[in-house]
Amino acid sequence: MGDYKFAKDKLAEVLSALEEYEVFAPEAIGDVLRFKAVSDPAGVNLDDYDNTTVPPKELMFPQTETLFKYRLGQTDVEPELPDPSSKRVVVGIRPCDALAYTIVDNLYGWDFPDPYYQKRRESTTLVGLACAVPCSTCFCPSVGGAPASEKGLDALMFDLGDVYYVKALTDKGEEFGRAAGLEAAGDAESKAAAKQGEDALAKVPRSIETTGIPEHLPALYDDTFWEQFSDRCLSCGICTFLCPTCHCFDIQDECESFDGRRARMWDTCMFAEYTRHTSGHNPRPTRKERTRNRISHKYSYFPEKFDVIACVGCGRCIKNCPVNIDILDILEKSKQAGAKEAKTA
Amino acid sequence: MMDESNPYLPYIVRIEDAWYETPVGDRAVKTFRVNFTDEKVWDTWSHEPGNCAMVGRLGIGESMFCISSSPTEEGYLRFSIMKAGKVTSALHELEAGDTMTVRGPLGNAFPMAEWEGKNIVSIGGGIGQAPLRPVINYIRHNRDKYGDLKVIYGARTSDLHCFKGEFDEFTKEGTACHLAVDVEEEDWPHFVGFVPDLLMEVAPEPDNTIAVTCGPPILIKFVTQNLEKLGFTADQIYTTLEERMKCGIGKCGRCNVGSLYVCKDGPVFSYATLKEIPEAFA
Repeated sequence: MGDYKFAKDKLAEVLSALEEYEVFAPEAIGDVLRFKAVSDPAGVNLDDYDNTTVPPKELMFPQTETLFKYRLGQTDVEPELPDPSSKRVVVGIRPCDALAYTIVDNLYGWDFPDPYYQKRRESTTLVGLACAVPCSTCFCPSVGGAPASEKGLDALMFDLGDVYYVKALTDKGEEFGRAAGLEAAGDAESKAAAKQGEDALAKVPRSIETTGIPEHLPALYDDTFWEQFSDRCLSCGICTFLCPTCHCFDIQDECESFDGRRARMWDTCMFAEYTRHTSGHNPRPTRKERTRNRISHKYSYFPEKFDVIACVGCGRCIKNCPVNIDILDILEKSKQAGAKEAKTA
Repeated sequence: MMDESNPYLPYIVRIEDAWYETPVGDRAVKTFRVNFTDEKVWDTWSHEPGNCAMVGRLGIGESMFCISSSPTEEGYLRFSIMKAGKVTSALHELEAGDTMTVRGPLGNAFPMAEWEGKNIVSIGGGIGQAPLRPVINYIRHNRDKYGDLKVIYGARTSDLHCFKGEFDEFTKEGTACHLAVDVEEEDWPHFVGFVPDLLMEVAPEPDNTIAVTCGPPILIKFVTQNLEKLGFTADQIYTTLEERMKCGIGKCGRCNVGSLYVCKDGPVFSYATLKEIPEAFA
């Protein structure tokens, strides 16, 4: 695979050369930074962000999407699948968010594969941007990532001051390099990038030892330790909506006159409604059960099924929680509670 | 099988017949006998007792129900649906000739092949008889493959019994049927009391026997306790779970009990499995 580079002030030219792709890059909309289709390459700025507010999971799994349309009274439905021939490239995705796709792929790929998600995944090239300076809430190395992790990416860019060094990682990444007309990089850039990756790794501010957590969480099912956190939870759901690995959704029908659609939209296990039966019975009636489910799903149930923790250490849930609930704090306290439980058992 | 390239697309089915099992009103149970509008679907369709399907109405939504007919009842599917919420109320408005949507078969099934040669006791309450009906019919239609079959069933009143005429048929065929109502009523010739108590009176032998139970959670709880008193081990007891569901294919997230998805790993579970999962009884 090739090593490429381009001058940072040529970013707009590089993006403009990608004619065959629909290009996505971070864009600020008010206070919210999220990946949007680029309309003006000159307006793209990859300098001033640590990570997007909304994770790019929405590029594979939109907040709301139509599954199929129908006309009432007729005996067929019309699926609305993404166009498989459209090519998309995401420029500037952070390594943690690319890693998140590889985790969620397990769920969308098992048994009944999900064509909506998978078609978008297949037609998308991911060009990452390594983190030179980790965020204050990051802990990616604890959960299989790194500021310059290559997992799930097709190419990885490093900001080396005046130039972007671009390391192609897959055939799709090579194709991106060719399409963008990038020049070959030399040893100097490659070494500088490697050093930047190592330095950034050393600067990751937070960490957790995850060994044993998937095994000890189920024993804490009835433990009161959850209440230290759930008591102040507002059930707002922001921890899950902004989580790059949270994938839960609702399905609703919407009809105007005779024309209707069945759509799916992000949902969250932090809402009471999420599990409430028609009878009124709710197996997770309080915030305690819902907090327990969020943490257990990520750190116990998902790894039990797919052998990987459903968390990439991006820190969004910590940064955005309005009442400062911190997943690392929960996990650390769960270890103490787990040790106590083991003693009394 | 469903369209494998897109598991969210439903089949359109036409209702061939529809009738009430219990008096019309809130919480009434209505049975629908349906057939695919595209009869070619039968070429690839196969289901087993215990399997479920998402049944719905375009413009309203869909919910998960067990398929209450056995695969040995050919040429149609049956669903028995209690009127409880938005989707079920909309389904109850439908009559013969109307269409609805079916997406399935979904979930796992009762291990009928594994149970060959064993005695089976079916213990149901109220609408909980719906997933047991295909088990009973599957055995009736493969009678030589199974041992003794006992049916225990109850509801609050005789009016609220589902599949009323069918128990007489079973009795005529030599299957022991034990029926119950919760409170005394005029001319009721059978047991008066709760199903778990009737179970103790019938007292099936656990030897080489599988017990299958379904009903409200309180019934399942006491039936299971009583089965253990009678000497049944946890791996001889099977039940079905239900949770709120949307996708039915293990993706939308909400129906998990512990690490298991009821829509995909269930709805059928042995008590041996459920005992290990505290959330199964939440």
